[in-house]
Amino acid sequence: MIDTLIQGVLLGGYYAGIACGLSFMFFVMRIINLAHGSLAVAAAYGLWLLASTFGISPFVGLLIILPVMAVAGWILQLYLLERSARGGALLPILTTFGLAIVIDNLMFEQFGADTRSLAPFIGSLSYDSWELPGSIYVGKLAVMTMATAIALLGGLQFFLSRFALGRAIRATAEDPDTAGLVGIDARTANALAAAIAMVTVGIAGAFLGMRATFDPYSGGPQLLFAFEAAVIGGAGSLWGTLIGGIVLGLAQSLGAQVHPQGFLIGGHAVFLAVLFARLFLTGLPFLGKGGFSRTGLAKIRAAIRSTL
Amino acid sequence: MQIATHEQRPGHAFLSASGIHKRFGALVVLDNVDFSMGQSDAIGIVGPNGAGKTTLLSALAGAFPPNFGTITFDGRNVTALSAAERCRSGLVRTHQVPKPFSGMTTFENVFVAAAHGSAVGRDEAYERVIDSLTLCGMLGVANRQADTLGLLDRKRLELARALATRPKLMLLDEIGGGLTDAEAGELVTTILELRRRGIGIVWIEHIVHILLQVTERLICMDAGRIIADGAPRAVMADAGVVKAYLGGTPA
Repeated sequence: MIDTLIQGVLLGGYYAGIACGLSFMFFVMRIINLAHGSLAVAAAYGLWLLASTFGISPFVGLLIILPVMAVAGWILQLYLLERSARGGALLPILTTFGLAIVIDNLMFEQFGADTRSLAPFIGSLSYDSWELPGSIYVGKLAVMTMATAIALLGGLQFFLSRFALGRAIRATAEDPDTAGLVGIDARTANALAAAIAMVTVGIAGAFLGMRATFDPYSGGPQLLFAFEAAVIGGAGSLWGTLIGGIVLGLAQSLGAQVHPQGFLIGGHAVFLAVLFARLFLTGLPFLGKGGFSRTGLAKIRAAIRSTL
Repeated sequence: MQIATHEQRPGHAFLSASGIHKRFGALVVLDNVDFSMGQSDAIGIVGPNGAGKTTLLSALAGAFPPNFGTITFDGRNVTALSAAERCRSGLVRTHQVPKPFSGMTTFENVFVAAAHGSAVGRDEAYERVIDSLTLCGMLGVANRQADTLGLLDRKRLELARALATRPKLMLLDEIGGGLTDAEAGELVTTILELRRRGIGIVWIEHIVHILLQVTERLICMDAGRIIADGAPRAVMADAGVVKAYLGGTPA
């Protein structure tokens, strides 16, 4: 039982890591990025390509891939998300959905349907573990993933609340026009925020590749886990995303103990339970303080009541 | 009125707008408006609803480009500059309906403005925040979340945030609306202090007696045009102004 809990928490560290970028874009920039998982897989493929072709260790490869991801985020924001955001709240969601399909199929065309992994390129790290009292084995990679997730989320939260640029990004997300009135260049602030988000996506992609296998269509499930962790954690702060990831990891691990097929069901059940508890019990909009959620959810609630 | 800090440049228009034309679809909101003012001047703008006052202010501040016309500020053509760029060069506006960054505290709201209005170090930015909050009487609510503030404090926050960008000229849009007489009196004191520091003021307000305490020049707009411009009492007595307000001939 204790083993299950520990493994669940560590799995949660991975989910928190992959949810970090999504949560940042979702709650801070107010963009729901459905290409999140696909971009993480693309980063993993980039690392795999460097490792298998040039023998570059994935950890060194990150030094190349992360700047590439940052530039990709910058371009993505300026040429795709910003333009689509002018078309209303729904258009960026559809745009990133389309982007996910494009990325998935480009990867399929380029790399084929074979599953890949970064595990062969990191030596024994992929299966090394520490033994705890009571014959509990804790994977070194899992602990490292957890530590990275904590550092990423904590670092981002610190950046947002303590740095001038972080405040500029928050101000721009809330009201780009008013941000302009106090001298913030909204386009640059948003582009920088997108670049930062993509760097975290690159890191998440590296851990995805090291801890498991991936194929061109792995993005969808990763997006789902990231989304569940972000929503369970809520909009309060990025620390919530860490909690959300751990809750999701625990739910999946416990679900798997109940029934061999219960892994995914456990996670989904907790996600839906949290979502409905927020909607119906507390009335708190899960999107936080941002404008459309409160009235939007009231309408949804009214619609559901009228059908029941 | 004593104006100490800024160098006066007599005969030189600090802010000028010439031939400003703005239409939304078929509706002409600003019809060939010409306007200019010197540094450290304080000008009040009055006019009935829909006269184009806020649109003029938005065009001056850079919220949208005018269809025709040129705007110069501080010796520079700013017509093509964004609101953020105009803010950094010292031209800043406040909103009629206060728009605080609601996810932040009062202090953070003002700090964002201080840190980005014109790039400064952290210490100077802090000093500016404290100065702005003190001047606007908001130190007591500095650590409150901005979305918990009442109307008066929201209006003050608009002013404090604009002030923290270190403006040379402030465009104020109905910051006195909805205030009690006592509150309006505090506001006048604050604006007079801004004038003492040499900051130019363009102030749209329906409450004329507040304007008269601060400005030495009044502009009346109606249907997208400036119909009267000059000393406040003369403007308020102008036949065209009375007609615009009351819709008839003066008694």
